Amino acid sequence: MSGDGTSAQSGRRSEERAQSSAEQTRSGARPDNMSDTRNGARTGTMNHDAKPLLSARDLAVRFNAPGGRVARAVDGVDIDLAPGEILALAGESGCGKTTLARTLLGLERPSEGTVAFGGSPLRYSTRALKAYRRAVQLVLQDPSGALNPRHTVYDAVAEGLRIHGIHDNERERVADALSRAGLRPPEKFFLTYPHELSGGQRQRVVIAGALVLEPQVIIADEPVASLDASVRGEILALLLRLRDELGLAAIVVTHDLGLAWNIADRIAVMYLGRIVEEGPVDRVLTEPRHPYTQALVSVLPNSPLPEPVVLTGEPPDATAVPGGCRFHPRCQVLAGGLAEQAGVDDECRRSDVALGTDHIACHYARTMSTATT
Amino acid sequence: MTPVLEIDDLRITYRGSRGEVPAVRGISMSLEPGDTLGLAGESGCGKSTVAGAILRLLPRETQVTGRIVLDGDDVLTMSFGKLRAVRWAGASIVFQGAMHSLNPVHRIARQIAEPIVLHEGLSSDAAEKRAVELMAQVGLPAWRASSYPHQLSGGQRQRVMIAMALACSPQLIIADEATTALDVMIQAQVLALIKRLVAERNIALVMISHDLSVLADTCDRLAVMYAGKLVEDGPSHEVFAAARHPYAQALSAAFPTVGDPAERRNPHGLAGDPPDPSNLPTGCSFHPRCPVVRDDCASTSVELRRARDDWRAACLRVEEVA
Ligand SMILES: Nc1ncnc2c1ncn2[C@@H]1O[C@H](COP(=O)(O)OP(=O)(O)OP(=O)(O)O)[C@@H](O)[C@H]1O
Ligand SMILES: Nc1ncnc2c1ncn2[C@@H]1O[C@H](COP(=O)(O)OP(=O)(O)O)[C@@H](O)[C@H]1O
Ligand code: SF4
Ligand code: SF4
Ligand SMILES: [Mg+2]
Ligand SMILES: [Mg+2]
Repeated sequence: MSGDGTSAQSGRRSEERAQSSAEQTRSGARPDNMSDTRNGARTGTMNHDAKPLLSARDLAVRFNAPGGRVARAVDGVDIDLAPGEILALAGESGCGKTTLARTLLGLERPSEGTVAFGGSPLRYSTRALKAYRRAVQLVLQDPSGALNPRHTVYDAVAEGLRIHGIHDNERERVADALSRAGLRPPEKFFLTYPHELSGGQRQRVVIAGALVLEPQVIIADEPVASLDASVRGEILALLLRLRDELGLAAIVVTHDLGLAWNIADRIAVMYLGRIVEEGPVDRVLTEPRHPYTQALVSVLPNSPLPEPVVLTGEPPDATAVPGGCRFHPRCQVLAGGLAEQAGVDDECRRSDVALGTDHIACHYARTMSTATT
Repeated sequence: MTPVLEIDDLRITYRGSRGEVPAVRGISMSLEPGDTLGLAGESGCGKSTVAGAILRLLPRETQVTGRIVLDGDDVLTMSFGKLRAVRWAGASIVFQGAMHSLNPVHRIARQIAEPIVLHEGLSSDAAEKRAVELMAQVGLPAWRASSYPHQLSGGQRQRVMIAMALACSPQLIIADEATTALDVMIQAQVLALIKRLVAERNIALVMISHDLSVLADTCDRLAVMYAGKLVEDGPSHEVFAAARHPYAQALSAAFPTVGDPAERRNPHGLAGDPPDPSNLPTGCSFHPRCPVVRDDCASTSVELRRARDDWRAACLRVEEVA
């Protein structure tokens, strides 16, 4: 736990773990953030009617940025994750996906709003957080950065167990996690070092390190972005299988909509710190309703939408969130005059809009759907 | 028409601490003005090595055989003086991660202007004016001209690199994973830009990526490499939709078509690790990972075979799959 990782990410990860292990709790003590949430999710399908396992309300996370500016990285987010569900969190670079994920993990404290797990608000004492992080595990982006080059695969996977003071059956637990992650026979990998593995195998070790604690949720930040095309499908298939076999719920952070199509049940699309559209993958990616989602889907190769809408302008800046609808300076529906025809152009420019019961943060889409119903 | 680029039986062996690495093992291709070729394959298969060879950018001790002819001139034997001219005006490369190679202490307009001053003899004022026009073409507003690289996002820096590649109106552009690190919308902007420029100026394009869907969308032809050789070469949409070589099939299945019910909750991968170029499998190099391997695959060396007039694949089963 000396934080001797090779990258900023592994450094950060070790730090978090070091901090949470500073105050060792005896295993078996009832952790504060834990409640009985395993409500029969091992069925292999999502369970929408079930109470959400993980949820956030009115979440905001602000950072101080140079020049006295404030970055509104997450800015009014409501989100629910059902047991056994795979949720994709999509959006372009800098829109706040990672910040939201870190906040859901308790690694970032919200400036406003709450995160709740199994219905109880998250508590931020070291002890409570430690227990929480056993149930909700992070799988990091870059598998080489997430592994310490001087630790064997066995040690990398056992690390979590040691931090959480779980000493019984260590060998079996590690072997089980490795083989669930598709590294078989597990014993063959025990004494291997990360540099002896391929990128895909390293990502499996990282996933095994999360699985060993038998979490109920994993949050994976771009789990295949640094992997080769041919390996990508294997890792995604693994995430699907874990959900089917263990009822493991997952939030997968990605800017890759193909990944969402491959594995997610539901998708939430973020723009400048806010979720602008949310719904079942089958609907959102074939009939997107928010102009931003429409643009994202339209530029996919072989897009299900006819005309590509390539948004121009600078990528959005979290320190300068536009007034009115935050997407309005780039919105093709506003620029093309459709919003004006529907009589909502003033609203677009003047009044902020959040996700409503219709799951779309857009004045125009809202008008259109009330017009047709 | 005379080809802009002609490559004939190119073989490249690196010599370094790991001994001899045969990274490219006999590749041929030809591009005419306006032709767009996508070159795909997983990391380490030799794509960047081919790109580097075209402009003689490989380490000095590397062994290169075969022929590379750029606009009538033999690249492998040309003088350094000629080579310098060719590097900007004949062909230019936008490399993987090239955005990190911008000079941190110079304003970006000046960096774009530099080759214009050098190769076209324009005054620095005129060259900077041209730089600002090029910036506009890649979607960077004029006020960005005085920015330093650290003030730009990764995507913006990558667009600066594309502006630089265009600066001297080359006849061939090689884009090596030029958009891989960008996110969807910026990638779409950059790809639309490349497509437009190629069409407007009749430039030939070699675009390298491991994402077949991007290549199929941008290029007319698609070539797939495995272990230093071409294993498939044909019309891009058809190759992407119905590749003949099992490796190319796996690669195109890796990127799902959003909206295709067959790919919903059904990711496709390819088991096994990429081959080690200094220790290649016998026969067809793909045989240890091939889902449809036959008994004779490990013992028969397989060259590209004709699958159709404009389509070739290096697989013993080519005739069957058709
Ligand atoms: N610690 C921090 N201090 C200041 N600003 C920050 C900090 N962390 C994130 N931000 C800012 O918050 C915004 C959202 O960042 P975040 O990392 O969540 O984006 P992301 O959606 O994960 O992007 P990517 O796809 O590039 O990973 C950005 O504008 C970023 O610069
Ligand atoms: N300078 C070098 N010295 C030795 N081997 C190298 C060098 N550059 C690349 N290689 C090796 O050559 C092979 C092909 O590399 P590269 O052309 O970069 O592949 P790609 O661009 O397809 O990912 C790999 O095995 C790589 O490790
Ligand atoms: S609210 Fe108006 S500006 Fe915003 S996305 Fe909808 S139509 Fe566009
Ligand atoms: S030659 Fe044999 S091993 Fe090679 S790709 Fe074809 S079927 Fe597979
Ligand atoms: Mg991120
Ligand atoms: Mg490369």
